[in-house]
Amino acid sequence: MTEPDRPLPEPITPESRPYWEGLKKHRLMLPNCSRCGPFFYPRLYCPKCHRPASGWVQASGRGRLHSFQIAYQSFSSAFKIKPPYVLAMIELDEGPRLMSNLIGIAADPKAIQCDMPVEIVYEHIVGDVVLPLFKPAPAKRSSRGAKANSKAKPKAKVKTAAGRRR
Amino acid sequence: MKELSGKVCIVGAGETHSVGVQPDKSALSLNIEAIHNAARDAGINVGEIDGIFTAGQFTPAAIGEALGVCPLVVDGTYVGGCSFMILVAHAVTALHHGLCDVAVVSHGESGRSHVGGPRTRERSLIGQFETPYGFGSAVSYFGMIATRHMHEYGTTLEQWAEVAVSTRAWASLNPKSNHRDPITVADVLASRPVCYPFNRLNVCLVTDAGGAVILTRADRAKHLAKKPVYVLGAGEATEHLMLTQMRNLTTSEATRLSGKKAFNMAGVKPNDFDHIMLYDAFTAGPPIMLESLGFCKPGEGVQYFADGRAAPGGKLPINTNGGGLSYTHTGMYGIFPIVEATRQLRGECGARQVQKINLSLVNGMGGMLSAAGTLVLGNRPKA
Repeated sequence: MTEPDRPLPEPITPESRPYWEGLKKHRLMLPNCSRCGPFFYPRLYCPKCHRPASGWVQASGRGRLHSFQIAYQSFSSAFKIKPPYVLAMIELDEGPRLMSNLIGIAADPKAIQCDMPVEIVYEHIVGDVVLPLFKPAPAKRSSRGAKANSKAKPKAKVKTAAGRRR
Repeated sequence: MKELSGKVCIVGAGETHSVGVQPDKSALSLNIEAIHNAARDAGINVGEIDGIFTAGQFTPAAIGEALGVCPLVVDGTYVGGCSFMILVAHAVTALHHGLCDVAVVSHGESGRSHVGGPRTRERSLIGQFETPYGFGSAVSYFGMIATRHMHEYGTTLEQWAEVAVSTRAWASLNPKSNHRDPITVADVLASRPVCYPFNRLNVCLVTDAGGAVILTRADRAKHLAKKPVYVLGAGEATEHLMLTQMRNLTTSEATRLSGKKAFNMAGVKPNDFDHIMLYDAFTAGPPIMLESLGFCKPGEGVQYFADGRAAPGGKLPINTNGGGLSYTHTGMYGIFPIVEATRQLRGECGARQVQKINLSLVNGMGGMLSAAGTLVLGNRPKA
């Protein structure tokens, strides 16, 4: 067994076990509410309607890069991947958001854009630990994505700094 | 809630003698030293303290023991760096209803030197869902908010940098500030990249310091050493803890709710303020707080800094102590803006004193805009 290059998820709580077990089989499982749909992170009651969760559903593994940062240094001694690397907040097509890394693209703010389509990569870390990483995906029509996009305000509403003092 | 407005005053404010790097003092000592300094400022004997309000490193019992008092009211509410604004609000309620007579809100943290003062956090969520991807300190999260704001409103790196420049200009007027040399937008952009979109100068300091304020009812406050500072409004709210759960990354629901509550209690509107203190762990914080508090439309907060309104000589001075960006930032910065607003309202600030000041806003955040505490402070019993 080789040394993991990053902190392993721990402590895995009983509420989250189906999520981690699903990843081992390359399935992204989300806790679900029969009324409101899937949510994340796993918990016993729906955070929207507060009724008990109804079980688990398999997500498509597709979504958009809601936001990102580029780490130019490591923020934990156990995380051994050489900077720069991309910290990513993913908004899944099913709605919930989760943290991950964006891989398969240069860690360069010029190359990466919010709302770019992404898809899951099942990354085997060590033993049977699988993490959901994400890579850029070809543009795909999804009603939710289109809605999210139209919600965004037009760019450059605020003037840029060019030509101002200092 | 309005019946609480103007009934309780901040009568003492103090910090540790130094707010820089202090490897020779434990976090507990920093906390206690700040309390003694605040009590001396008020002209109140430490033995009179019967309400202890503190957050984070120590329980109120630990502070009571170290001070040598047996408090009748204890509150250890801990929701991040804005806990101290919230604790002021809780102290107001307790004092007004006579549950205690002299309250202290205190903080001490050896954020830089790590002497004493362990901090434990619930880890099961971040341990499973965040740390495996390389998240760690606050700077590895808060930039998510800034990046999304840039995407939605076209905010630029230069505009975030203006916040650091404006704040440093204030710091240069404060002899106690850790960093005092003026900086430019170009300096911020050329500083060491830490975590895009933030370079070193977009990020707060990490220091060892403490701060405290003493509160009592207005009837007694009039007869103490210093001019009373009235708590006219107070609000608090929390929205989330995990950043993925924030409803909208570019506006803070906790801040909006907290501000609304505080403004209602005081009967004030955003343009009534003469002075503002905003929790600035990162340059993106203050502009987004102004937007969330209703000072301007989303995307326009940076203009307060870019057009000089917030800087020395500007119409709406913001972060006049030099902020977490330049003055001091221990980890939980919230007590320091309260101390600064108190001093400004008393007219004690020398070169950085804001002229014609009656009303000050203090707004803090906990976590990544996860929690908020807002105070409306004035040097008169009514706004």
